[in-house]
Amino acid sequence: MNINLTLIGQAISFAIFVWFCMKFVWPPITSALDQRKKTISEGLSAAEQGQQALEKAKVDVEEKLLEAKTEAKSIIAMAEKRQGDILDEASVKASQEASKKIKLAEQEVEQLSMRLKESLKKDLSKLVIDGAEMILKKEIDKSAHDKAIKDLVNKI
Amino acid sequence: MAAGEQTSSEYIKHHLTNLTFGKDQDGVWRLAESAQEAQEMGFYAIHLDSMGWAIGLGLIFIILFSMVARKATTGVPTGLQNSIEMIIEFIDSNVKDTFSHTNKLIAPMALTAFMWVLLMNLMDLVPVDWVPQLATFIGSNFFGMDPHHVYFKIVPTTDPNVTMGMSLSVFFLALFYSIKNKGVGGFVGELTLHPFSSKNFLVKIILIPINLFLEGVSLLAKPISHGLRLFGNLYAGEMIFILIALLPLYVQWTLSVPWAIFHILVIVLQAFIFMVLMIVYMNMAHETGDH
Repeated sequence: MNINLTLIGQAISFAIFVWFCMKFVWPPITSALDQRKKTISEGLSAAEQGQQALEKAKVDVEEKLLEAKTEAKSIIAMAEKRQGDILDEASVKASQEASKKIKLAEQEVEQLSMRLKESLKKDLSKLVIDGAEMILKKEIDKSAHDKAIKDLVNKI
Repeated sequence: MAAGEQTSSEYIKHHLTNLTFGKDQDGVWRLAESAQEAQEMGFYAIHLDSMGWAIGLGLIFIILFSMVARKATTGVPTGLQNSIEMIIEFIDSNVKDTFSHTNKLIAPMALTAFMWVLLMNLMDLVPVDWVPQLATFIGSNFFGMDPHHVYFKIVPTTDPNVTMGMSLSVFFLALFYSIKNKGVGGFVGELTLHPFSSKNFLVKIILIPINLFLEGVSLLAKPISHGLRLFGNLYAGEMIFILIALLPLYVQWTLSVPWAIFHILVIVLQAFIFMVLMIVYMNMAHETGDH
């Protein structure tokens, strides 16, 4: 328990250790700690920003989805309407076409019957004349008879 | 227990004597061969065991920490870096709480003091006979010394030279910063115009010696209590370990184990108190405001 030079030796070594610690130990470790603190806080804020962006993106997506749905609905509605229109148009056209065809057919039938009537008329008048000729072979004035036949024909 | 023919008091005395190298009365530098001789050497002597262990432990601290400091990454720290960062953050928060000025010296000094004192205190947990017996063995077998005169203490903080050496360094540093920050006038004024002060000039003059006495005592008491508090606690702790070691072998553990466990607390606490007081004294040296 004697006080001696150890006192000074200890003071000197304390000074040296403190100097060394101040020079080579404290600054690098504390600066590393500060740096890491900064990096972590930056990372955290970046993560928060990312979270916010994600939230916003979710909202956006929902909005876009809703928009797309309504658009699809309107497109479907339009298509349905168009389909109806096309069907209507087609049926109208078809009925028009059909009536046109019918008319044409009627006309043709009429023409045919007319022609048939004509040829029947001719055949009949000829038959009548032949018959009369055969009966009245001799004395009948040809011109007077022709006239009479013509009148007859016209009457028919 | 050490060599059989020793009495208890001899045993205790042996354990409390440092390995002293100094100038004896004939002016020759040599190792002291007894406590008496070590005492007679006076101031021109050095405790080789205290200094050796103190410097060795200080080097362990410095090497360990500078190793980590050199490889300090800002990324994810590994085991050793983690624990050292914990210590550094602990010291840093203590310094920031107590020391309200800017001085780049304080935090590293607090770290050094804390770690160094902690390591030196930790030597108290090494069983009291191991190292002294080993030293006796080496000393008597390799250096031809008388085995009864090989002294070896391994706890530097049970040597008042060590604790006072540190507390006086802090004291002089505090004086330096006091004068630097307050000026000579401010420093002298602090010593002479408080705690009693008067508006009357004559009364003020009369009060100066009283103030100087009171403030002088409180100023000088600081480094002494600072150093002796650490010394006293560790010395008492070691003393009890030595006393326990005197008991018969089969009962020693019933006392030494609880005491060692309790002493772990003392070791850390005293290192912490030493550091905190150091910061407080340095903070006082930086206070320029009025009291």
